[in-house]
Amino acid sequence: MSALTYEDVISKYEPVLGLEVHVELNTHSKMFCGCSTIFGAEPNTQTCPVCLALPGALPVVNEKAIESTILIGLALNCSIAPFSRFARKNYFYPDMPKNFQISQYDEPICVNGYVDVEIETEEGPQSFRIEIERVHMEEDTGKSLHVGGSTGRIHGADYSLLDYNRAGIPLVEIVTKIVPGTGKYAPEVAKAYVAELRDILRALGVSDVKMEQGSLRCDANVSLRLIGSEVLGTRSETKNVNSLRSVERAIRGEMLRHAERLNNGEKVVQETRHFQEDTGLTRSGRSKEQAEDYRYFPEPDLVPVAPDAQWIEKLRAGLPERPSLRRKRLQEQWSVPDKEMAAMINADVLNIVEETVLLGADPTKARSWWLGEISRLANEKDVAITQMEITAKDVAEIVSLVAKGELTDKLARQVIEGVIAGEGTPARVISTRGIKVVNDDGALMAAIEKVCSEQSETADKVRNGHLPAAGALIGAVMKETKGQADAARVRELLLGHLGQA
Amino acid sequence: MIKNSAAEMSAALSSGATTSVALTQAHLDRISEVDGKVHAFLYVDTQGALEQAKKIDDARARGEKLGPLAGVPLALKDVLVQKDVPTTCGSKILEGWRPPYDSTVVANLKNAGVVILGKTNMDEFAMGSSTENSAYGPTHNPWDLTRIPGGSGGGSSAALAAFEAPLAIGTDTGGSIRQPAAVTGTVGVKPTYGGVSRYGLVAFSSSLDQAGPCARTVLDTALLHEVIAGHDPRDSTSINAPVPQVVAAAKSGDVKAMKIGVVKELNGDGYQAGVRQRFEESLELLAKAGAEIVEVSAPNFEYALAAYYLIAPSECSSNLARFDAMRYGLRVGDTDGASAESVMNMTREVGFGREVKRRILLGTYALSSGYYDAYYGSAQKVRTLITQDFNKAFEKCDVMVSPTCPTTAFKIGEKADDPLAMYLNDIATIPVNMAGIGGMSLPSGVAPEDGLPVGFQIMSPVMQDQRMYSVGAALEAALLSKWGSPLLSQAPELGGAA
Amino acid sequence: MSSLSRDDVANLARLARIEMTDEELENLTTEFGVILNAVARVQEVATTDVAATSHPLPLKNIFRSDVVIPSLTPEEALSGAPASEEQRFRVPQILGEEA
Repeated sequence: MSALTYEDVISKYEPVLGLEVHVELNTHSKMFCGCSTIFGAEPNTQTCPVCLALPGALPVVNEKAIESTILIGLALNCSIAPFSRFARKNYFYPDMPKNFQISQYDEPICVNGYVDVEIETEEGPQSFRIEIERVHMEEDTGKSLHVGGSTGRIHGADYSLLDYNRAGIPLVEIVTKIVPGTGKYAPEVAKAYVAELRDILRALGVSDVKMEQGSLRCDANVSLRLIGSEVLGTRSETKNVNSLRSVERAIRGEMLRHAERLNNGEKVVQETRHFQEDTGLTRSGRSKEQAEDYRYFPEPDLVPVAPDAQWIEKLRAGLPERPSLRRKRLQEQWSVPDKEMAAMINADVLNIVEETVLLGADPTKARSWWLGEISRLANEKDVAITQMEITAKDVAEIVSLVAKGELTDKLARQVIEGVIAGEGTPARVISTRGIKVVNDDGALMAAIEKVCSEQSETADKVRNGHLPAAGALIGAVMKETKGQADAARVRELLLGHLGQA
Repeated sequence: MIKNSAAEMSAALSSGATTSVALTQAHLDRISEVDGKVHAFLYVDTQGALEQAKKIDDARARGEKLGPLAGVPLALKDVLVQKDVPTTCGSKILEGWRPPYDSTVVANLKNAGVVILGKTNMDEFAMGSSTENSAYGPTHNPWDLTRIPGGSGGGSSAALAAFEAPLAIGTDTGGSIRQPAAVTGTVGVKPTYGGVSRYGLVAFSSSLDQAGPCARTVLDTALLHEVIAGHDPRDSTSINAPVPQVVAAAKSGDVKAMKIGVVKELNGDGYQAGVRQRFEESLELLAKAGAEIVEVSAPNFEYALAAYYLIAPSECSSNLARFDAMRYGLRVGDTDGASAESVMNMTREVGFGREVKRRILLGTYALSSGYYDAYYGSAQKVRTLITQDFNKAFEKCDVMVSPTCPTTAFKIGEKADDPLAMYLNDIATIPVNMAGIGGMSLPSGVAPEDGLPVGFQIMSPVMQDQRMYSVGAALEAALLSKWGSPLLSQAPELGGAA
Repeated sequence: MSSLSRDDVANLARLARIEMTDEELENLTTEFGVILNAVARVQEVATTDVAATSHPLPLKNIFRSDVVIPSLTPEEALSGAPASEEQRFRVPQILGEEA
């Protein structure tokens, strides 16, 4: 069986997407009780009768969570329901203490919104509108540790250990309507959508939106249909998509998998699949013989939420700048060409570049360091740029030192490398490694004279007007000064010395 | 001393005629003496009760200002959590469980200095009308030990009738305070829904459950009502308004010019003859006391029972899902290789009794996809209709009345195999819970044919609980004149050799 | 719609996570027939123009402030646990997967 290519897939089929994103809110206390939400506490130290579901406990709604959800709905252009209700979603699972989740069913708090995303295509930038079906509130589950199996996963485990610190933390679920019409750009559009959501949520300040930590989770639904067909294909749902890159890979992978099955005359199974970071493929979840009936009904322990119009307008008035508008503003302020702007967005460095600029760095320099050297090192290590040891403060400092002439670009690269390697702040790296620009003309002249006498033939060439030969001499001077000389200065002095100034 | 009312005991404590420790000890002695026959208690907290009593005596000796019920003993239905004290809800699945927290009702009782003697027996998870569904054996009616004391709060009412405690707390979802009160000759009140906090009340049917005061007199019940009622920020369904002035109403007992509505659909047609007789007689007494008797109609009441037996099981099927052997309670079947799922299934099979399992399955069905509209959805609409009926009727009267239940106490075992017959005990009490209004049962005498107690039910509009107490107190006073002594003095003597 | 087969009842028991005996299933199937007939009458008056009540009281917007209050200690939280290890609740191997 020859491997199907992506081009093969998109020549015959068109993908239809559906994206569900769960956001963990950054409220101080949980959704329905006053337990702390701080990440990383000792197990079962942030629990109470309510989030442990002890007999007799009752939920009370966190007002800040409602506010955050309304803000999210407004930022996504949704209508805020004048009346919404909580509902019980009933199913049994040990990480869910009540064996029902308090969620929202047919009366969610926000409905019918949209997000516009822009991606780079061969034909130039293209805009897609992703429609939002609903935004609703629910609560997170506890965490289970599976013990005894070889992989720490649930398969083959002997028993499990439950920590309920996370149980009850507020979650907001954002569900798109089905997204047709993305064609071959489905993976990019999905990634851009999640990235845009993330930026919007970060700007709102309602979540720390760290996909690696689980405060932003994406489930991707994909189906294929023959190009031109009106009939939707069977969809699969992929969970465990923990990064923007994974969103793109997961969708591309699923499109390939579906197409292969369909081409072989097999049906696509409607199921939940798990994304595998290492292979970029999805693995089937355990199939359930019968679909679970959640037996939704209105939560009798909670009363309806009817946010008054004044409150909603006040929140609307306080919405922060839209990410797309912010991007336009920054592009103008920094005079960035379109391609460079797209590169920054694609590499996910816009925020950190802005941070660096706000600390005083020149925008072009800040951009070139983050997009250039630091990106290169990140790719080498195969990690996200924002996960590297180096901060905006570090880069701002380095830019400042170069501007002052205390570092050359070459030395700056060494400092960056040192900071990333965990050797400390730029100042620390500079002092530990003894990095110093050799500014002293006297020392430079001494080195120049030494090199010229050692390489007298080359020096003569330069004296005679053959300037390119100076390169080798400059190189030798740099070596002599252990790379700490300012190459431009060396060239100046050398040419002067050889009568070519 | 144990035959006095709580108000009398309180006076004796204030005057120094007795101490709380002595009073508590007297009740503990009484429990030892008779509870072998009655089985009202599942747990007697001897040490805890005497410690609390001593604390109150010390505070009183120091001259501290204490509430009216400080130092008076009380029996607590085992469905309310009390910190570090075994709480079973009458079920095997919680055998031995000691809660790490207090319910708000218990916190209020402790703050008021009330002495909690122990936890009383009940139908498992409050499902039943006879206390025969307790996993720990039935409670026996002190009037006739071969008969049921009512349910689900039979333990609390029996404890009162047997003079094991002057005060008790019950909970009422479809009549579980009022019906036991009726068949044991005691007083029981279900306050307006939301009037008493449900935080720490183990949930059976969340939109219907309510904890309430029980005692032997209307005034005692009112005093207890004011201790436990009030807004609780931990309960989102709790009413944020002042507690109705029930003690004042109970003391005045003034019904002049009050309009008392007899519900046509609950006027006793088809009920036991003695029950009807006592009901008519009570109406006459109230008329003599200055009230006007009017007839009102509530045509949708006939659907109340059906709606209740859809709503309550639905909510309970969800509320009881948490009993899964993972975090607390019983765990069975945890042998080598057993999965969490099988442990859960086995534990719930063994830990829950028959009635509970029946209602869980019924509720699961009523909520399931495809059936929701026909069953649960329709039942919630009936609820709206019943509330509308009450609202219309209350335009014509200040309170509504009916016999509390169709019969006097039946024999233990008599209806145990016929769920529908059992459910009919609640026919007059259920509409009250459906609309969330207040309901009281007080003794109206005994039925001549069997000498067993009969109850009179009074229903008041939302947050007008004081009206029940006015009418109740008036009727109680009139009946006391007629009888010459409290009804319970007619009950057989339980004391002596067991 | 008013009568259930034994398989239907067995399915409900599975949904409710109760391991019922054959005898129980038999009995319940009979009982359900009777009970459902009795409760089905709610459909007689539950017309479309009647709104459903899910709360007896017209309360709305009951919230708490986003303030942390003390939790239970881990000892209290685990006090009822049938089994525990490393300050966590220990449960047998889980076969199914999260929804």
